[in-house]
Amino acid sequence: MATLTDVIDRPTSQSGLWSWITTVDHKRIGVLYGVTAFIFLLLGGVEAGVIRLQLAVPDNTLVDPDTFNQMFTMHGTTMIFLVIMPLSASFFNFVIPLAIGARDVAFPRLNAFSYWVFLFGGLLLNASFLTNQAPDAGWFSYANLTEKPFSANQGLDYWALGLQVLGVSSLAAAFNFVVTIVNLRAPGMSLMRMPLFVWMTLVTSILLVLAFPVITVGLIELTFDRNFGTNFFVPEGGGDPILWQHLFWVFGHPEVYILILPAMGIVSEVLPTFSRKPLFGYPVVVFSGVVIGIMGWAVWSHHMFTVGLGPVAVSVFMITTMLIAVPTGVKIFNWIGTLWGGQIDLKTAMLFALGFVALFIVGGLSGVSHAVAPSDNQQQDTYYIVAHIHYVLFGGALFGIFAGVYYWFPKVTGKLLHEGLGKLHFWLYFIGMNVTFFPMHYLGLNGMPRRIYTYASEFGWDGLNLLASLGYLVLFVGTLLFIVNLMISLRKEPDAGHDPWDAPGLEWKIASPPPVYNFAKIPQVEGLDQYWIEKRRAEAEGHPITEPEALVDPSTIHMPSPSYWPLVTAIGVLILAAGMLVDTGWDYIRFPIPFIGGLISFIGIVAWANEPPAKEHAGGDHHPEAAHGGGHLAVAAVAEHPGGGATHSVRLLCSNCNNQLSSNFRFCPYCGGAVEDPAEPHHQEG
Amino acid sequence: MAHQTEVSHHAPEEEHPTSTGINNRKLLMWVFLSSDCLFFGSLIATYMVYRGQSLVGPYPVDIIDVPITTISTFVLLCSSFAMVRALAATNENRQGAILFWLLMTAFLGAIFIGFQVYEFNLFRSEGLRIDTNLFGSTFFTLTGFHGAHVTLGIVWLLGLAWVAKKGRLGPKTALDVELAGLYWHFVDIVWIVIFTLLYLIGGFDTGPAGDPSLVPHSITGFLGLI
Repeated sequence: MATLTDVIDRPTSQSGLWSWITTVDHKRIGVLYGVTAFIFLLLGGVEAGVIRLQLAVPDNTLVDPDTFNQMFTMHGTTMIFLVIMPLSASFFNFVIPLAIGARDVAFPRLNAFSYWVFLFGGLLLNASFLTNQAPDAGWFSYANLTEKPFSANQGLDYWALGLQVLGVSSLAAAFNFVVTIVNLRAPGMSLMRMPLFVWMTLVTSILLVLAFPVITVGLIELTFDRNFGTNFFVPEGGGDPILWQHLFWVFGHPEVYILILPAMGIVSEVLPTFSRKPLFGYPVVVFSGVVIGIMGWAVWSHHMFTVGLGPVAVSVFMITTMLIAVPTGVKIFNWIGTLWGGQIDLKTAMLFALGFVALFIVGGLSGVSHAVAPSDNQQQDTYYIVAHIHYVLFGGALFGIFAGVYYWFPKVTGKLLHEGLGKLHFWLYFIGMNVTFFPMHYLGLNGMPRRIYTYASEFGWDGLNLLASLGYLVLFVGTLLFIVNLMISLRKEPDAGHDPWDAPGLEWKIASPPPVYNFAKIPQVEGLDQYWIEKRRAEAEGHPITEPEALVDPSTIHMPSPSYWPLVTAIGVLILAAGMLVDTGWDYIRFPIPFIGGLISFIGIVAWANEPPAKEHAGGDHHPEAAHGGGHLAVAAVAEHPGGGATHSVRLLCSNCNNQLSSNFRFCPYCGGAVEDPAEPHHQEG
Repeated sequence: MAHQTEVSHHAPEEEHPTSTGINNRKLLMWVFLSSDCLFFGSLIATYMVYRGQSLVGPYPVDIIDVPITTISTFVLLCSSFAMVRALAATNENRQGAILFWLLMTAFLGAIFIGFQVYEFNLFRSEGLRIDTNLFGSTFFTLTGFHGAHVTLGIVWLLGLAWVAKKGRLGPKTALDVELAGLYWHFVDIVWIVIFTLLYLIGGFDTGPAGDPSLVPHSITGFLGLI
């Protein structure tokens, strides 16, 4: 390996396709996540269209039952794992390092690896369409419908392996963001000075770290059942299908919060900005988010009220489920409190955030109605549940995400999205969403089961179904308008400036789009809403801030070099998983291809670990020690401690509060003051 | 992925100051291990749920050989001692000792894996395969994934030994050894749980399912004894 990595230099392209393939820049990776997930959104939308067309009239024969099953399964799986999660990840990537005043995430190459594995997992899942064996057992694939006798083709193998690959991506990203948020905050940004979106990202990442291994085990057992003849979920062999439900929902309920908490974080950024007021009750909102993250582990069986767990289990989960509505309600009141008395500016981002609050209340209320086990018995597996999930995931998560798109688009591109088209987009979405999904409450309570491919006219479900299908058309037009808006806005000259909304977050301090090194000078944080503090102070002093932080020569700031190896390792992971689909039927080596994938991943990891640092660029010589970071550490602190290596064992006293600190601290944990280094002059010019 | 040995030839490894003072890579390893806890937790839960539920034999009491596995368990625990010595040698910069203890750790791990291969083959010849019954499915899945973890650890240790042979491990790069150590000790601890549940407690289970009197060492019975 040494010879290999010594021969291959690190890639150096700064532009063109190759630079995107080898990038480790969190901003570019964020854009890659966003674009890819948006394409999957269109795909999932088309699948929804097939469902709505088929159900528009009774006794419809547009698609056969098998195709219909594939459509709703892939629609649910796509929207959850390939759209909402990666769209959230797109914001994590782009915004988090900027919002905490860092130069990149803690492990930039691991971050690139997460993206590639996500892309390949999505492609693997959708490759099932090419062999006409798309998974067809619903997005939670209940056993024992998923076992070989009932799902004989390879659809469920695509599903299980695709989700495993996506799990690798989510876990790698979650590890990265926990470390980034815990360790890479700018001096002074104590936990309770972190923007709400950063907090929600931290909670979401911790949930991912703990929830994904559970579904990993469930999927392993399912794969073994289908390919190696085990009986984990097969009653004939003594197995219990209910175990799958438990494993799935122990993962699945925290997953629901993984989907919604990032959107709550986004909305908690947008509402204060456009109300010109700080978030009402910030500590309470943080606390509620953390409580939701913890309590999310104690409610999973409310998905299983009808399987017969017994009155004690049902009562306990009923009570915990109702309790979790409390922190959620607290957040809603805090958002309303934020609006109260504010100077509300109804920009498109604000409209989407307000839409989020309104629609999430509807979804939350129908959620409380499922928490009541007796009424849930009536609602289980009906369109009432479909209505609920779409109010919280479309009206909730997706509206929050679109609020974020309109809010941060100028930061990503330097260009504002067109406001008129944006408002039209909002209203089409808001109306279309309600027309599509509100009738489903009635349909469900009138007994229409979910997952049926058609229905007879005498049930009396025709009118509302047709209405829901018309609502889909409105959403379709809304999505087209958004694409038009993107096209128009991307073509115009940059017009956004660095801070179009007079926003509070650190990310608005720097130019749009941000320079590759983010902050020329790592900011010092004095409180919550740091950029507001700075702007108000500057105004009071009579020289308002109108310019972003001045750009510097990028070669003076050491940034991690691009790398081939995350992509190579990810390709290995793809071959490892996809190879499981090829059963040779031979005695001892039934599955040879995964070994090839494993070998490629192994080579990738070894090369990754031994990768040489980039060739020194001009002007970089005065950070010789930083080059040895090999790109796996963000070097935010290096500019502050150019000779940092020498000061390791020095004990420091905080100049503010006189507490003793380890020199490893970047800021005083007692008072938030920056740690000055007595051994080195504190020069930050780079 | 955690194998992040540096090629810093002479320069000391830079430890960047962080907000908490904890090294990024060390924190990453802890977060990864917390995730792995849930992974093994779910596998162990599956085993416990299906304990005594096999419809056909062989049952644990027919197969499990506690004395033999006690030996391999002892070997694995000794490997943790060797790992501790390897880290101590790295901190004290005793180059020969670093290499020796790293290789010793890997060697003891390999002996453990050898025992496992022997055990798997023995069980197979005695009629227990992964698709025989629930005991076979849960046993081979759980111990198999543990064995895969140990194997990965051995590869990691050998990689470190290769770096050590070039004289690149020392006090400045002790974190490279410490991370492998965290992983190795974690995998060891998981084995202690597995050995206790699958061998000491579950190893005497008889079948078939549905007759509690035939499951004398069920968890409740065990707790009752205490």
